[in-house]
Amino acid sequence: MTSFTVNGIARTSAAPPATPLLDVLRDEFRLTGTRFGCGEEQCGACLVLIDGIQVQSCGREIGTLAGRVVTTVEGLADHPIIAALIAEQAGQCGYCLSGMAVAAAALLARTPAPTRAEIATALDPQLCRCGAHPRILRAVERASRALNGGEIAA
Amino acid sequence: MTELPKSLADNRRLDRWLHFADARVRVSVGKVEIGQGIATALAQIAADELDVALDRLQWRAGDTELAPDEGSTSSSLSIEVGGASLRLVCAEARALFLAEAARMLNAAPAELAIEDGAILRDGVPTGHDYWTLAARVDLARDATGTATPKLRAAHRIVGTSTPRRDLPEKLAGTGFVHDMVLPGMVQARVLRQPRPDATLGGVDEAAIARHGARLVRSGHFVAILAPTAATLRAAVDAARPRWENCDTPDPAMAEAAWLATQPADIRARGSEAPPPAGRAHQATYSRPYVSHASLGPSCALAHEHDGILEIWSHVQGVYPLRANVAATLRRDPESIIVRHVAGPGCYGHNGADDAALDAAVTATLVPGTPVRILWSRADEFAFSPAGTAMQTTLRAVLDEAGLPVDLTATITSGVHVNRGPGRLLAARTLPGAQPMPPPTEVSDPYPGAGTRNIVPYYDIPAWRYSHHLVAGTPIRTSALRGLGAVVNVFALESFLDELADLSGHDPVAYRLRLLSDPRARRLVERAAAMSGWAGRGPAGTGTGLGLAFARYKNRSGYACVVAKVEADTEIRLRHIWCTADSGLAINPDGVRAQLEGGIIQAASMALKEQLRLDATGTATHSWADYPILRFSEIPPIDIELMDEPDEPSLGMGECTMGPTAAAIANAAAHALGLRLRDMPLTRERILAVA
Repeated sequence: MTSFTVNGIARTSAAPPATPLLDVLRDEFRLTGTRFGCGEEQCGACLVLIDGIQVQSCGREIGTLAGRVVTTVEGLADHPIIAALIAEQAGQCGYCLSGMAVAAAALLARTPAPTRAEIATALDPQLCRCGAHPRILRAVERASRALNGGEIAA
Repeated sequence: MTELPKSLADNRRLDRWLHFADARVRVSVGKVEIGQGIATALAQIAADELDVALDRLQWRAGDTELAPDEGSTSSSLSIEVGGASLRLVCAEARALFLAEAARMLNAAPAELAIEDGAILRDGVPTGHDYWTLAARVDLARDATGTATPKLRAAHRIVGTSTPRRDLPEKLAGTGFVHDMVLPGMVQARVLRQPRPDATLGGVDEAAIARHGARLVRSGHFVAILAPTAATLRAAVDAARPRWENCDTPDPAMAEAAWLATQPADIRARGSEAPPPAGRAHQATYSRPYVSHASLGPSCALAHEHDGILEIWSHVQGVYPLRANVAATLRRDPESIIVRHVAGPGCYGHNGADDAALDAAVTATLVPGTPVRILWSRADEFAFSPAGTAMQTTLRAVLDEAGLPVDLTATITSGVHVNRGPGRLLAARTLPGAQPMPPPTEVSDPYPGAGTRNIVPYYDIPAWRYSHHLVAGTPIRTSALRGLGAVVNVFALESFLDELADLSGHDPVAYRLRLLSDPRARRLVERAAAMSGWAGRGPAGTGTGLGLAFARYKNRSGYACVVAKVEADTEIRLRHIWCTADSGLAINPDGVRAQLEGGIIQAASMALKEQLRLDATGTATHSWADYPILRFSEIPPIDIELMDEPDEPSLGMGECTMGPTAAAIANAAAHALGLRLRDMPLTRERILAVA
């Protein structure tokens, strides 16, 4: 049994300790916003925050999480990055966007007003195949402005 | 009567498309959302034509039980053909409702109008609306196609950048077939034949059982079923299948040049006269095998119940998949339902169909139990169909001014369109399986597949081409965004720059000498102006500017791309400009998104992408083996959409692919003073020609 917090809710999983967090989120807790992209920590689609630090959940074993605080894209519903991604129409298929939102939230937590180059560097591990990159960059800038007192709406 | 657009000609009953109930309009279509924004753009067309608010539309797309058969969502035709059909359907339904209202009100139809579904007479509500009249208007009738759609000036939603209707759900964490769970569902994976026609010598069933999983089998088709993803992975890893009768490919077979050594079915088109004598130039261009590389591996659900095999898939075409599954399983198509659910962007024919057949076969082996198939990343790279390697050789004869008067093309390619029975992976493992049937791709200039865009859009008096279709590719191939147009435009537009250089012309001026379509000329002129072409400077400085143009399929969307690069032993993108003409843009921001996406995917393909082989098969197993363009490698992209609102809408998803690849090659040639003719334009290629 592993007990930890997910999006502010206390959760317990009976999954074997070596089970990837991604499987527990998707299959046990039905939090499907965290996407399966590769299972090899190479694409960023399954990114979550653990105690505020971004982690690819496909490579993190559930047994290491006792007492930890996990935030998934569902837990970011009120974060300005979500509204900003929509305002910029920053998705085509949308499959990568959960990971993008989590990576952006992590970046904005440590660098509230990043430059475009800082955003690109921070998002470089996150793969997008549709070519939504320019819009995702703009969305992070928009979310940054919102966090610093600006407007989110288009 | 004028000819109906194909989707409507194939599905003439109006009630197949529209249903009015509970103050909503249910719209059913066959063209599906694969990330290209079509569900929003088509809804804009329907809402405008019906005079209802967008949020009154309930959307149903891709369903063999409930929606019309529009074939496959492919070839940039969803707006051109699907949209044109839906517009006529809605215009006709609206006219029928207005006629009924006019009868009831004893009014002339011209006195009546519709506002958000309510019938107005001289601007005043009549108490009638679509829903009060629905029982009196019989839509169980064939469309005549004679209703007149609205003129451009009457559009209120068409032509606006309406936000995507599907994005909020996807950002809220649902919306993909991967997210579906059916009661009692088990997770499954198929043990894949490492090479075509390999046979299974054995598998460690005891190890599979030890992990709490089980195995089902039919011929050489083996699926492992488990209650959880983790159990399934462990069981698959432990299964250790022994495959026999595997061929051993040579890594050199992954190169486009290998195709030219192979037997081919040769088809010739165009001028039968031999090329005239005179100064000539010839060059050969190529691309290797490339992956769709969808961000999420292919997934499908299937459930055999009550005599019905129900399948949920992110496939491009639910009806073609149903026909394929029916033929493979030798059962009545009417006993199969295929429903589309969104998946990761596919960019063509990826592993979706294969995963769906995997799920279907597995479900028939465990009747009553819903099954979910989810491929591994490695299987997605190794086994989903690839974009074929291809080589295009061009030879031009030039006049005294250095302009081409005759063009001969030789295309050597694997198959670009490889759909249909017997072509999916699982079909080749089942009892009584036949080898994959030979390719049936045609070689016509329009729409073409391997031959797509090989006929120049320029004024070149004589052209001919031969298409060498190679059946025996070492990697299974099928449609990938742009098909042969990517390589043919890469070749033609690179070649034009070479011809211009040979005779001392500026590449833009040279193109304008040869281009008579005013819409095309406008794009080239504007892209040149945007990019500061006039100050382009000499070649060989390490910084280069390159331009390329094409009209997709020579009949669809127009795009001109200019790339600015820095190049030494590698090529770095510094800026991209694009001008495009979509005719009437239903959703201008959606068009821009498609243009941006095409540019970035083509740039990634041109600079980085290649599937590799080793003696065991595909040697590309992960993103580490298949780099794609990342954020910090993507330059500013400036797009000017020069739409023509009074012209028919043109599909825009694929039109930037060839021009982008060629613009980068032309810019690299300008920067380096060296011509790279083989994608990907990597450090190794640069060093090889330097």
